[in-house]
Amino acid sequence: MSEGHSTYTPTTGLGRWFDARMPLPRLVYDSFIAYPVPRNLNYMWTFGGILSIMLVSQIVTGIVLAMHYASDTGIAFSSVEKIMRDVNSGWLLRYMHANGASFFFIAVYLHIMRGLYYGSYKAPRELLWILGCIIYLLMMATGFMGYVLPWGQMSFWGATVITGFFTAIPVVGNWIQELLLGGFAVDNPTLNRFFALHYLLPFMIAGVVVLHVWALHVTGQNNPTGIEVKSKTDTVAFTPYATIKDALGMIVFLIFFAYFIFYMPNYLGHPDNYIQADPLKTPAHIVPEWYFLPFYAILRAITFNIGPIDSKLGGVLAMFGAIAVLFVVPWLDTSKVRSAVYRPWYRLFFWIFLVDCIFLGWLGSRPAEGSYVIMAQIATLYYFAFFIVIMPVLGLIETPRRLPNSITEAVLEKNKAGGAVHPEGAAASPEIRG
Amino acid sequence: MKKILASLAAIGFVMAAGAAIAQDDEHSAAEPTHFPIHKPKQVEWSFAGPFGTYDKAQLQRGLKVYKEVCSACHSMDLVAFRTLEDLGYSEAQVKAFAAEYTIEDGPNDDGDMFERPGLPSDYFTPPFPNMQAAAASNGGAAPPDFSLIAKARGVERGFPTFIFDIFTQYAENGPDYIYSLLTGYDEEPPAGMEIAEGTHYNPYFIGGKSLAMAPPLSDDQVTYDDGAPQTVDQYARDVSAFLMWAAEPHLEDRKKTGFRVMVFLILFAGLMYATKRRVWANVPH
Ligand code: HEC
Ligand code: HEM
Repeated sequence: MSEGHSTYTPTTGLGRWFDARMPLPRLVYDSFIAYPVPRNLNYMWTFGGILSIMLVSQIVTGIVLAMHYASDTGIAFSSVEKIMRDVNSGWLLRYMHANGASFFFIAVYLHIMRGLYYGSYKAPRELLWILGCIIYLLMMATGFMGYVLPWGQMSFWGATVITGFFTAIPVVGNWIQELLLGGFAVDNPTLNRFFALHYLLPFMIAGVVVLHVWALHVTGQNNPTGIEVKSKTDTVAFTPYATIKDALGMIVFLIFFAYFIFYMPNYLGHPDNYIQADPLKTPAHIVPEWYFLPFYAILRAITFNIGPIDSKLGGVLAMFGAIAVLFVVPWLDTSKVRSAVYRPWYRLFFWIFLVDCIFLGWLGSRPAEGSYVIMAQIATLYYFAFFIVIMPVLGLIETPRRLPNSITEAVLEKNKAGGAVHPEGAAASPEIRG
Repeated sequence: MKKILASLAAIGFVMAAGAAIAQDDEHSAAEPTHFPIHKPKQVEWSFAGPFGTYDKAQLQRGLKVYKEVCSACHSMDLVAFRTLEDLGYSEAQVKAFAAEYTIEDGPNDDGDMFERPGLPSDYFTPPFPNMQAAAASNGGAAPPDFSLIAKARGVERGFPTFIFDIFTQYAENGPDYIYSLLTGYDEEPPAGMEIAEGTHYNPYFIGGKSLAMAPPLSDDQVTYDDGAPQTVDQYARDVSAFLMWAAEPHLEDRKKTGFRVMVFLILFAGLMYATKRRVWANVPH
């Protein structure tokens, strides 16, 4: 879609000089100004832009934090407290960074769910989807290592538990764990390498984001109907149409972000992380950050041995499998229709899946005992069934609703039917006409 | 769409019911397994809510309670005397306050360590030389440091309260917990409950049924010069508020900045919305 010829014509002498040597302005113009986007994108399409500013925000606040932070087990905790108490606006930087990680994950989860709902992973966007999954994996590694840096009780014990998973892997498990830790237990070498990697990974994320956007600009965006763009009337120019909508989405997102930074900065954290790490004192419940909780629930749901696989390895396999399965979604979904809008049954299962993920997250925060275990097992079963059974089978047996012939037709139909319900359509109110 | 919402609601309901049942699991009075036995009492704090500010007179009283009672056992390593100006003291008062402490400094030019009166740039001095000494003097349980205690304790709110907390901006778990603990020694343990020797039953303690700290406060123990009641309840309130300040000295600044940021963002969003409608006015979408 964007492959067509470039319409950029430099108007100044300097512009022409650059264009002949290194056409960066042309790239920017073609990608963010003239780039055609489907005219019917809704606000779920603003999360890509939101994720980009969150990455920038994490990098900027992170670099300034790193100027004051000391990655030594003896002083890491108090260096973070110095930031909170004595560094000018240090409390703001740190709360932005800590809550920024959470909001980064909120945005990425909405972004992924958008993809699952509208079938954005289907051909020709498989690579785009896989690059997204890689970003998600890198984000998880970054978030996990970042959480260790303030060297609180949850930092220490979370790191101990999570690196412990690797010992379940036969033969090489112990070796991998020792490599991660730089020793036999979480200690100074662990903190140092985690800091180095926590500094590095966001820049790797930035690199993969470039590839992700590149792939996007080759295939073009999907849209709520899931129908490919067919003619010029199906699209509008990125600027001003998408720019203004993205900007509005970002600012509304920032309102929620600011609400947490300024009014409940510790709501998403764990109180135990305000206690300095103590290798001799195990907290009553070790819980990871909220964004890992669904996977933590899946890990602990496997309480039984399966043939030669004991429950510990089984749990680890299920947990990694829960992420790995995302990579093959493009080939699990057999439906010819992309968007859930035209797939009534898929839509139902999708919403159950969404609730299931939230439920798993809540279970992850509970101790693994009594009825919680059974609930986690049922929820885990649905999680996997959704991908491995429902997606392939439903695509073959479901009768989708009639698809419109084009995006334009869908838009015009919608505006005819729901003109009164969607006032932001053609009938703009006179007072903002100017 | 309606169907989706209905099914969503139904699923949510079933899950919530399951969750509620699971939460109410086994709770035996004599041998409870989940702590604290009682949820913390909820106090009205001046620093709660979007416009909350510290009550300086209260913080000064709280400092007095800390200094005269708690500091015999609890350190507060991360708090510097200079920051006490936040409580409304003048520079000179802070200087005088710091000078009451003795600080080990050095080595001097002869290579000797020496003692000198505290300066505003110094930090509160710990009552015990190390953790081991602190534990040894207190029946094996070291009294925790107070610098962050008000953020380091929080009793889980449970489902669905933790969701409502986002809207009510409830963020006072820490001071509520400390207040409840300090005023929670009166209850008798239920019949049949065994209390380990040297520990004291307190149903608000997060770590078990009893703790090594004896009730630290009693009426008229600390003299207030501003006419506030000299009761355990008032002492507990004041010291809890003071500990919140110690843990979060920039709370007022944070909330004030937050208000400006929110106003800016909301106005900005409004303008953006109007612009967006204008731009899209003639494009059906
Ligand atoms: C005689 C020594 C002593 C004094 C004085 C004292 N405490 Fe303690 N405090 C302790 C000990 C010991 C513990 C550890 C208890 C345990 O873990 O069993 C403790 C624990 C605490 C805790 C943490 C409980 C928890 O959740 O882990 C708080 C809060 C506390 N004290 C508040 C106070 C306050 C406020 C004062 C002053 C009014 C005070 N203490 C005075 C000895 C003391
Ligand atoms: C992908 C983007 C990033 C994510 C998701 C992320 C996540 C996190 C998390 C969860 C924490 C723990 C916060 C806390 O509980 O205090 C943290 C801390 C930290 N991060 Fe990052 N981070 C990112 C980027 C960066 C970058 C680019 C840097 C700097 C080069 C950085 C430097 C730090 C430092 C110094 C800390 C410790 C200080 C503190 O705890 O506040 N981060 N990060």
